[in-house]
Amino acid sequence: MPTIVTFAEVRDGKVRRPSLEAVSEARRLAGPLGATVQSVLIGQGVAPLAAEVASYGADRVHVFDDAELGSYATESFARALAQVITQEKPSVVLVPYTAMGKDVAPRVAARVGAGLVSDVVKLEVKDGKLEARRPVYAGKALATVRWEGEPQMATLRPNVFALGTPEAGRKHETVTGAADVSTRRARVQSVQAAGAGKVELTEAQIIVSGGRGLKGPENFHLVEELANALGAAVGASRAVVDAGWVDHQMQVGQTGKTVSPTLYVAAGISGAIQHLAGMSSSKVIVAINKDADAPIFKVADYGIVGDVFEVLPKLSAAAKELRSRH
Amino acid sequence: MKIIVCVKQVPDTEARIRIAPDGKGIAEGELNWIVSPYDEFAIEEALRIKEKKGGEVVLVALGPDRVQSALRSGLAMGADSALHLKDPLFESVDTLGTAWALAAAIRPLAADLVLTGQQGVGGDNSQVPGLLAEILDVPQVTMAVKVEIGEGKATVEREIEGAHEVWETSLPAVISAQKGLNEPRYASLKGIMAAKKKTIETKDAASLGLKPEDLKPKTKVVGLELPASRPGVKMIPGDADAQVKELLRLLHEEAKVL
Repeated sequence: MPTIVTFAEVRDGKVRRPSLEAVSEARRLAGPLGATVQSVLIGQGVAPLAAEVASYGADRVHVFDDAELGSYATESFARALAQVITQEKPSVVLVPYTAMGKDVAPRVAARVGAGLVSDVVKLEVKDGKLEARRPVYAGKALATVRWEGEPQMATLRPNVFALGTPEAGRKHETVTGAADVSTRRARVQSVQAAGAGKVELTEAQIIVSGGRGLKGPENFHLVEELANALGAAVGASRAVVDAGWVDHQMQVGQTGKTVSPTLYVAAGISGAIQHLAGMSSSKVIVAINKDADAPIFKVADYGIVGDVFEVLPKLSAAAKELRSRH
Repeated sequence: MKIIVCVKQVPDTEARIRIAPDGKGIAEGELNWIVSPYDEFAIEEALRIKEKKGGEVVLVALGPDRVQSALRSGLAMGADSALHLKDPLFESVDTLGTAWALAAAIRPLAADLVLTGQQGVGGDNSQVPGLLAEILDVPQVTMAVKVEIGEGKATVEREIEGAHEVWETSLPAVISAQKGLNEPRYASLKGIMAAKKKTIETKDAASLGLKPEDLKPKTKVVGLELPASRPGVKMIPGDADAQVKELLRLLHEEAKVL
């Protein structure tokens, strides 16, 4: 029986949502492929998380639970994952396209000689083989990709694949693996968290982004206030990042982050092509701009021609009120 | 220190992408090609390390003849020499084949450090740094926003979701550059003139000891298309109060996202 292996990433004692999306997608593909789903958990104290991973569809969970794996090190994590792949000979390997997944997947692919397709947004089974869709040129084009041979390894874009409904107490098998931690010439020494409660852009359901229309960094709080009112992450255009108003981590677009939230609000952003590339796969787009001819309106679903200084505070207040009612 | 920087030439980020007639690639005709912005951060970092520690910066790029202009840009910034990997066999390589070719070119150079961009804009794979590190059997730190070189080791800050990690790695290593690492310099006129005199050595697959089976792609793009156009915009009329009220109603009742 063919096997699908997924990598389950743990941070702060929790399986991260993009990893549960990967298990859910594996479960979905398992039907047409007639496959079983196996997941790999690596870290310290991760054994109790196996049941949660299984509840989203893993039939077997490989657990590498070792004090030496408490901090992330590419080499030892890659070895553990490669070990499972060598042993189980899966036809498909799915890894979330997160900072850790992006880091570890290529190392594993080179180690086991797998073809790797990055940042996939859709997987389909055709004639028993996978076919992947992925944005290229930051979303200016969409590529359809196939593999030659197996394993067919892919990293999945967070927030795109639907999370399955967990089935508590789902029957599964746990296999304990011994990790080779002898080689980790590079490893994490410490982690400095950004502001508490900050929502990560690539995983946010709602994003409010600001651009040059805000006229200066001193006005950027208008964007942050709307984001707070909506429980959203804050993004920015390249123009304002390059001008030094906000940190580059907030940049949405071709040399920043590519995002697909449920709702994207662009405030005072004209819509340069490299910005549009990074956000036009959002489900619903709202544009607020004083220039009715701004290119941002070409990708928006709802447009407001208006002054951000007037519209944003009113929108923040009204959104806060709406959320308090629902 | 001997520092290798892998350079990819990519379409200008401001460029509009058109699909080639074969439906599998982009139409290259009128494209303006640039050094991938993340690779510029890598070149800049290499030059700064060289300025502090002394040494040599060697650029490596894979691709057709046009790639030489990307190498010239890097040489004009201050890199010492460049290696151009060119072979008809490279035309159909995937990321793994690219990494094998780069590794074959880099291995004999006995580098202390290999710097790359965290991804090539366009392909957006973010794979070559990790593939290359595994093939070269050296450690890797990806998405670096700060690099400090010590004795036989480096301390690197890496960007992850909502946090920074501080890594320590032994050298040699592969480090990939994220935006925020530095502000790349512009080439000076003197640099541009000097770059014209610097040599770009060309190597093909055979001279790198690569066989066709090493380069056989494991993934293949079978189709490329422009994204479906969006449904079109509904402009909300009225004054700001009316617009805000109607927008929230639409988001709540029609789009059902709030």
